[in-house]
Amino acid sequence: MAKTYYDPADLRKFGSITEWNEELGNKFFDYYGKVFEEGTLTAREKSLIALAVAHTEQCPYCIDAYTKDGLQRGITKEEMMEAVHVGAAIKGGATLVHGVQMMNKVNKLEM
Amino acid sequence: MATKSLHKRENELAQAQKQLDFLSNGIFKNGELPTFKEKIAETKQFPLTPKKLEILQLNLGYMCNQVCEHCHVDAGPDRKEIMTKETMQQCLEVIKNTKAHTLDLTGGAPEMNSNFRWFVEEASKAGIQDFIVRSNLTIIRANKKYYDLPEFFKKHNIHVISSMPHWTPGKTDKQRGKGVFNASIKALQELNAVGYGMPGSNLRLDLVYNPSGAFLPGDQKALENEFKKALQDNFNIQFHNLFAITNLPISRFLDYLIASDNYEDYMYALVEAYNPVAVANVMCTNTLSVSWDGWLYDCDFNQMLELKVASKIQHISDYNEELLQQRNIIISQHCYGCTAGAGSSCQGTVA
Repeated sequence: MAKTYYDPADLRKFGSITEWNEELGNKFFDYYGKVFEEGTLTAREKSLIALAVAHTEQCPYCIDAYTKDGLQRGITKEEMMEAVHVGAAIKGGATLVHGVQMMNKVNKLEM
Repeated sequence: MATKSLHKRENELAQAQKQLDFLSNGIFKNGELPTFKEKIAETKQFPLTPKKLEILQLNLGYMCNQVCEHCHVDAGPDRKEIMTKETMQQCLEVIKNTKAHTLDLTGGAPEMNSNFRWFVEEASKAGIQDFIVRSNLTIIRANKKYYDLPEFFKKHNIHVISSMPHWTPGKTDKQRGKGVFNASIKALQELNAVGYGMPGSNLRLDLVYNPSGAFLPGDQKALENEFKKALQDNFNIQFHNLFAITNLPISRFLDYLIASDNYEDYMYALVEAYNPVAVANVMCTNTLSVSWDGWLYDCDFNQMLELKVASKIQHISDYNEELLQQRNIIISQHCYGCTAGAGSSCQGTVA
């Protein structure tokens, strides 16, 4: 066993999850592949969404994968950073909007 | 940014054999990844053999005004290997009789060869269908004596193919040197001004895109659209096609991969993206490469690795197309660079 939870080399082995459940693994990868095809959204737009979500999910494998994917598509580092800020804004907003819940509770409990 | 070639720095990767040894050891020796020979054998494509000869590619010398980070030629101002007029004359004899429809001049910066113009004038008399000069663009702005190159190219109906790694200055200058982006933009505008790259124009102007780092090129058509939009909107520049070319793990790019600890990941990426359809159309099957000193190679990459053609005919002075076409193509692990994804060649994707 590795001495760390994450090993960059494990990203290459992602496909091997099908070995222990071929049907579900294949269904997942078919779905995954289809999601990222050109559609109503361009593959480029999807790549930037994936990069933002990779950060909010704090998945190091996804950050590796979609940073590289962005570079391959010619996406600039400025565009990538803006996408990360979109993710961060939603994360921050999601925390802060719960402040309303706190305020509601205070208002309810206080005389 | 490098300012000297690996040769000048006496880096051990300047030696072709050291590069070949590196590419055959490690992950390929311990069986982690299949060798290129094993991989193409899986689809019964070994040995790789030539198809109809279409392109004769001549390297006029390794001297260049730029020292690009990724250069597979290890070209630069300090390289003195230049094709002599005598070798050019031998090439002209071959050009007059070849069945190839395309003549492709490369370097270094081919324009820096002092006999370049004479050679183009002579070679154009042979009436070859597609006469390419691979120009790095900045040479056109490097010195007054090159300012008229767009007109010279036009006069001889040269097909200009030029490198442009990105439509933003940062990435371009990082790969190719400070100020390269602005000089390239100016050169492209000058080429447009004489008619190159304009819609419907017979004066062909194509751009070559190389990734500026340890990643593979994206979809060629999508990149072309991005380039066209950005260059048109920002600089009013037009061009015909974009060729997306994968960086092969040799010479300065190999040095960069090793130094930046990207070598293994890059080789994995190439092997994972292996496409047998690309193997069938890989450029060594329709091209012959001639070095500055007249030796013959399966491609420009094999030339840099000093892997001469496996034929009794190895030099332009003994050229015999029929015999050369009977050879087997020499391969090594660098060949994965031409078979990844949609494939890669000096003419862009192949699959």
